[in-house]
Amino acid sequence: MKILVCIKQVPDMESRFKPDSQGTWFSEADLAFRMNEYDEYAVEQAVGLKELLGDSADITVLSIGPDRVVEAIKKALAMGCDRGVHIPDAAVHGKDPWQVASAITAFSQGKGFDLIFTGMQSQDRGSAQVGITVAELLGYACASTVVGFEYLEGSVVVRRELEGGGKAVVRMPLPALVTCQLGLNVPRYPTLPNIMKAKKKEISTVSLGELLKEGPLAETTSFYPPAKSGGGIILEGDVAELADRLIGILKEKTTVMR
Amino acid sequence: MKALLVCEYREGKLLDTSYELLAFAERLGADTAIVLVGDAANVPRYSGKVHLAHVAIYGEYNPDLHKELILAAVDRENPDYIIFQHSSYGWDLAPRLAAKLRLAQVSEVVAIAGDGFEVGCCNAKMRRTVKPSTAKAVITIQTGAFTPQGEPQGSPTVEMLDVAAAGKVEFIGYEPAEEKDIDLGKAEVIVSAGRGIGKKDNVPIIAALAKAFGGELGASRPVVDAGWVEHSHQVGTTGQTVSPKLYVACGISGAIQHLAGMKKSDFIVAVNKDKDAPIGEVADVLIVADVMPFAQALTARLHK
Repeated sequence: MKILVCIKQVPDMESRFKPDSQGTWFSEADLAFRMNEYDEYAVEQAVGLKELLGDSADITVLSIGPDRVVEAIKKALAMGCDRGVHIPDAAVHGKDPWQVASAITAFSQGKGFDLIFTGMQSQDRGSAQVGITVAELLGYACASTVVGFEYLEGSVVVRRELEGGGKAVVRMPLPALVTCQLGLNVPRYPTLPNIMKAKKKEISTVSLGELLKEGPLAETTSFYPPAKSGGGIILEGDVAELADRLIGILKEKTTVMR
Repeated sequence: MKALLVCEYREGKLLDTSYELLAFAERLGADTAIVLVGDAANVPRYSGKVHLAHVAIYGEYNPDLHKELILAAVDRENPDYIIFQHSSYGWDLAPRLAAKLRLAQVSEVVAIAGDGFEVGCCNAKMRRTVKPSTAKAVITIQTGAFTPQGEPQGSPTVEMLDVAAAGKVEFIGYEPAEEKDIDLGKAEVIVSAGRGIGKKDNVPIIAALAKAFGGELGASRPVVDAGWVEHSHQVGTTGQTVSPKLYVACGISGAIQHLAGMKKSDFIVAVNKDKDAPIGEVADVLIVADVMPFAQALTARLHK
């Protein structure tokens, strides 16, 4: 069983975002980066499957981006992936989902991956396109927004999350791609021995130029904060004082304090 | 300009969000046609053409087949835009169509911007304008962002759609949402816990604040998924939709899925240490503070 996991590195979402000098994406100054949360579920699911199947499973983890993304690859290796692939690109934020998917597809072609795991979306761009597009380009069966996963000899049964909390249960033959949603599993923390072991695992580099022959189909023309809908009051200060002020407001504006 | 609207049908019913597609097309100033995998008794109230494929033949979820059906409708209509809801159905199908047709896709549009479409990014904290480079494009729109004006009317001209194709994905069945043993819909006050409360041990402190208000405990999705609070307390798209007299969001950043479940509350108080958290957009009062000390101070104050 050959497994590919595609991961992205994104900024901590608690950060304050400011436009970069071109005004089309965020400035990276002062931002701390980590593995995209949805991709952690993808890594965990792949590693969980390998534990079930034993050493016959081999997991490749791939990431496109500047040198810092090697940190995310190392984390995935420490969680249990077998080998890493880094496709260096300092300007990956300027590539549209079509280009990213095209590069992943070119990398995957002819490698015979039975299963590909991706996050359902990235936390920063949030387009929810790349995984599904890769499946379409490779001709793989695909289910998105997966919150349940079971491997059954030659096929997978997955649960897709629906609005309202219900789920759709579907079966797919291999090769298949699933995009992973919050709730699928609880990603493990890499242990110290596994972090040490991961240092010996191979991280190879593939040049983007060899893989990407496609131009963009869409472009980001500006990046900006949402227009404030207004009306809200912002209160700061000592907590006891804030509690008093809030009670005063609630007495005035609502009927719940009677 | 013409738009092909892909309506949604689930568990024997046309989804009401289908009318939001029409509202969006109207903002675009586009002529419309609809494509639906459904049944003739459940077509939208609409004066135009509906390309209808029988759900009995093609199933409610069979993405490869639905893609082929939509492509057949695209052939007939030659639309400039193919428009979906950004939903479990729409975000799953849209990239398949876009890849097949080699068109730009713009995901989860919240507004029409000058030279393109406005979409959220960075967990809804920021926005960007995305401009398709292709002459035609596939678009998904955020649920709730384009509300229809007035009651939909009319009866469509129906043209049947059929394709000969096989799908790779086999639909087995639906699993219902977990039973809700707590009806948050009846609560006058809901105090909800989000990831910002830090740890499971802090849940009782938020529950105590809810009790001090005479209300119920709510929760955001990450807190439920982490097993800190039971699913029956979850507020949002995959939980309950509520509109109490007072909603207090403690340590909830305000993902769109959560906002959709509580933004109609009469009065919203958000407690968050991040002044820029998107929950601030819907809050009447945003308390910028560490959540736990504030919750304890407020509970103490209510008991006075």
